[in-house]
Amino acid sequence: MKRILTIVRKEWAEVFRNKMVIFTIAFLPLIMTAIPLAMIYTTRDAAQSVGGGMDSGLPAEVTQSMCPEALSGAECFQVFMVSEFMMMFMLIPVAIPVTMAAYSVVGEKTTRSLEPLLATPITTAELLIGKCLAPVIPAVLATYAAFGLFALGSWLLVSNQRLLTALFDARWLIAIFIVGPLLAVMAVSFSLMISSRVTDPRVAEQVSMVIIVPVLAGFFGQIAGLFVLNKAIISWVALVMLLLDGLLVYLTTKVFQREQILTRWK
Amino acid sequence: MIRTNGLTKKFKETLAVDGLSLEIHEGEVFGFLGPNGAGKTTTVRMLTALIGPSSGSAEVAGFQIGREDTAIRRSVGVLTESPGMYDNLSAEYNLRIYADLYDVADPAGQVEKYLKMLGLFDRRLDAAGTFSKGMKQKLAIARALLHEPKIIFLDEPTAGLDPEAARLVRDFIAELKKEGRTIFLCTHNLDEADRLCDRIGVFKTRLLVVDTPANLRSSIFGRKVVYHLRASDEKFVSSVRALPFVREAKVMESKLLVTLDDPEKQNPEIIRVLVRDGADIQFVGELRHSLEDVYLQLVKAA
Repeated sequence: MKRILTIVRKEWAEVFRNKMVIFTIAFLPLIMTAIPLAMIYTTRDAAQSVGGGMDSGLPAEVTQSMCPEALSGAECFQVFMVSEFMMMFMLIPVAIPVTMAAYSVVGEKTTRSLEPLLATPITTAELLIGKCLAPVIPAVLATYAAFGLFALGSWLLVSNQRLLTALFDARWLIAIFIVGPLLAVMAVSFSLMISSRVTDPRVAEQVSMVIIVPVLAGFFGQIAGLFVLNKAIISWVALVMLLLDGLLVYLTTKVFQREQILTRWK
Repeated sequence: MIRTNGLTKKFKETLAVDGLSLEIHEGEVFGFLGPNGAGKTTTVRMLTALIGPSSGSAEVAGFQIGREDTAIRRSVGVLTESPGMYDNLSAEYNLRIYADLYDVADPAGQVEKYLKMLGLFDRRLDAAGTFSKGMKQKLAIARALLHEPKIIFLDEPTAGLDPEAARLVRDFIAELKKEGRTIFLCTHNLDEADRLCDRIGVFKTRLLVVDTPANLRSSIFGRKVVYHLRASDEKFVSSVRALPFVREAKVMESKLLVTLDDPEKQNPEIIRVLVRDGADIQFVGELRHSLEDVYLQLVKAA
């Protein structure tokens, strides 16, 4: 455990010395928080223009999954509009750690610091867990902080308790607090795998960014009305993510071959 | 301390190390010489449990490579070919990371001890990236010693250093030798090897020869004695050549150069013969071949 923490602290000390990294970590969650909050603010008026009556004009599938019966049509419409953009919170745990993880192994190869590190008694598992946790922790904390900021902003903007309850229902709590960390582990494992195989940090970063595509696909798929993100779907996503993470972590340890990394790479 | 038996490493079709059998004793400084690409770094990597052998076996500090790799890594200190520091981090923090990875009991104390010993304490808070090459090398040596290993592998410790920095590093290695540590020294600097090493192994994919520097010189070139004469004469050469123990004799300007196996025993007889023949002997001395001559002779022959 001590060696894992040493690796985590070392990675943080290296990365957070760069002010641009701190800016990136702070900027993305702020943007992702600002957009749904802006949606709440703008749909407040739009919802009233729908009529404020019981008919939201949304398909039954949507109203059933998002709107409790006590909610008016206008409020339901507002929940729907905000929910469309809350998917953006899922981008935070994927986008933030990718760059850090992609540089993690190949960066040490280019600076020649990997060989002395591997010459210590650290095991491959300890090294990879440390290198995985270092980007996952700030990404998850940034996601939670952004969601907390969103909750605070919503509370200030929305005086209606029923609406707040609908906005922060089980769907989003599962998505943020369970799927978020699982997404971060997926992104980091994938990036570490790439980082262990390539010889150029830029290639590692570019290839690793591919991992954002499924989340973007989910975001646009929901906006396009291909599916409605309900509690059942998000629970299934969480389960699949758990299995996928297990597979990716296993593959990462298989791909990280000490000997190949040291001898094949010049 | 280190024992290898037929240690071999193949990378696909390339044979990097071929059947290395070697024994290095406790407290010995062993010089591992060889041209670029000879397989020296591969050997060090195998002996420090960084990579596995294709065949053969080795025991380092009582642990078998391939079976007790973590124990080996815990027991040895390695100075890799390149210092490989974390340039953004301070010298002190660089060492602190390794002290923690090696489970050093008093990490702060050990870090301070080696920073002071290597003259880096005043710069401890500066980023390693601001250090000169020599300072980085010293920092890397400190890193290799933090956990007080009994066996130390030094891969080209003075490569690329200016003479002053190289001398400091060499003096430090001499100090380690005095402490009784076993040192496996890969170097291209033959003068360094000559001065520091108890034994030398010349290596080019396979081990060509192992011996003390003095024995290597005499076994390859014999021992040459120079007789400075007031005036040379062919008859002196003929008389000396006639002696059964003389391996070779020739005249160079006014000097007579004689190759012998045991000069201490055979010199008086030669001097008697030269005086008998009327030679005026001004001085007698031994001509020492450099280790470089020995090395080039061996590597060329391989």
